[in-house]
Amino acid sequence: MYSDKVMDNFKNPRNVGEIENPDGIGEVGNPVCGDIMKIMIRVADNVITDVKFKTFGCGAAIASSSMATELVKGKTLEEAWTVSNEAVADALEGLPPIKMHCSVLAEEGIHMAINDYRKKHGLLPWEEKHSHCQDYEEAGVCRHS
Amino acid sequence: MSSKRTIYLDHAATTPVKPAIMDAMQPYFSEYFGNPSSIYSIARTSKSAIETSRQQVAKALGAEPGEIFFTSGGSESDNWAIKGIAFANRKKGNHIITSAIEHHAVLHTCQFLEKAGFSVTYLPVDRYGLVDPSDLERAITEKTILISIMYANNEIGTIEPVEELGEIAKKHKIPFHTDAVQAIGNVPISVKEQNIDLLSLSAHKFYGPKGTGALYIRKGVKIDTLLHGGGQENRRRAGTENIAGIVGLGKAIELATKDIGSHNATIAAMRDRLLKGILETIPYSRLNGHPVLRLPGNLNVSFEFIEGESMLLWLDDEGICASTGSACTSGSLEPSHVLLATGLPAEIAHGSLRLTLGDATTEENVNFVLEVLPKVVQRLREMSPLYHKPANDGGSHVQ
Repeated sequence: MYSDKVMDNFKNPRNVGEIENPDGIGEVGNPVCGDIMKIMIRVADNVITDVKFKTFGCGAAIASSSMATELVKGKTLEEAWTVSNEAVADALEGLPPIKMHCSVLAEEGIHMAINDYRKKHGLLPWEEKHSHCQDYEEAGVCRHS
Repeated sequence: MSSKRTIYLDHAATTPVKPAIMDAMQPYFSEYFGNPSSIYSIARTSKSAIETSRQQVAKALGAEPGEIFFTSGGSESDNWAIKGIAFANRKKGNHIITSAIEHHAVLHTCQFLEKAGFSVTYLPVDRYGLVDPSDLERAITEKTILISIMYANNEIGTIEPVEELGEIAKKHKIPFHTDAVQAIGNVPISVKEQNIDLLSLSAHKFYGPKGTGALYIRKGVKIDTLLHGGGQENRRRAGTENIAGIVGLGKAIELATKDIGSHNATIAAMRDRLLKGILETIPYSRLNGHPVLRLPGNLNVSFEFIEGESMLLWLDDEGICASTGSACTSGSLEPSHVLLATGLPAEIAHGSLRLTLGDATTEENVNFVLEVLPKVVQRLREMSPLYHKPANDGGSHVQ
């Protein structure tokens, strides 16, 4: 049911772990729904120089975390902000429809980490272009968060 | 997949057809293919094969052959029993009692009937998954027309107090149906002694073919037909008989219920060793279901801080076939309704693993799982934000 790319990122996840005193943290999801992602970023000169994640969740959730962290590593915060859940899913060579919310969770985690960094630096958080709650509802998945 | 071996520990999902059963079925595909309703001799061979199978099923259940009706499997049997009783008795009342942990073939049928104007009571279960007979007694009203409680649960393996429940139903003169799909071949059953009026079973759960099952209907029970059409199965269930499947079912139930005790003792002993090994080597693990009143091959455990599907993927990578109550494999919104009904928190239900042992399971299989599983759990915990490594002094790590 999963693509080779998903299985590869699940079995050999990139950037697993934690950053000590990270510049930004994003924690999204809900244990009741079966997935939680915690994303930590290190920022230097507006660039994400390091990123780590920890995920409680299914194969797609772990693979999405891995891919999302790969996609934002080395990017400016502005560039990283534009990495969409579709980009994460595409890079994974697709996710089953019922698992698309895992890529949404990864995008949200990155956004939350970036905004955490911005708030810590006295900057206004960037606004989400659209609510992902809608994606959740459409995916027919978690309604607990 | 990188694995070379297959360790099949999902016998509650389905079982492989045994060679002796396949051999028994074989002549009924091309040689004795005649329609049992026809008059010529090859048809008579088909007809007589069906009646032999009916006797085999009846014997296994302690029923009369005339009380056995062949169906396409457990789901059809459940649908027939529940809808058939409900519609045949709707003038008497509209109340049905079942449990919160039934298979979806029962639950969704009851939900369908709720939309059609019936009212359904879903009895709760205790932390082990047991229905309390006194809850049943209290739930009965003068409108109650059917009680349907499963014999043994498919996820956690808990064996319900069927005889007691049947006794209560009998006292109130209410038909008692039990979904025994998981129980056949695992526990001795006698429909007469256990006051069972209707019983569903499915061949593929005990080494028979898929797509064949039966419904036992006690003589005299008022029930409507589910499948209308030809006059097969004593005009109760239409459709040209699945002869080979029915022959396979008869042979399978005969084999499965022969020396049931000694056979299951071996499986239960391996299961217990597996459980002991898991609980000893994997911290923050727990058994789901009843410690004693459970199917011999069933093991259901939860591991905190991790999710079931990712566990299954790693186990599959090692060739181990298992199952989980996590929502993430079912495509539904919630984790297992059975685990939630036992009071397990959703996040721990997500971390459940069901291993169901069967005839082909070996001690070596158990050893292999005990070698692989702790590593899989640890690997996933290492990347879980809910898990915090135990301190070096061995102190508690729980968040």
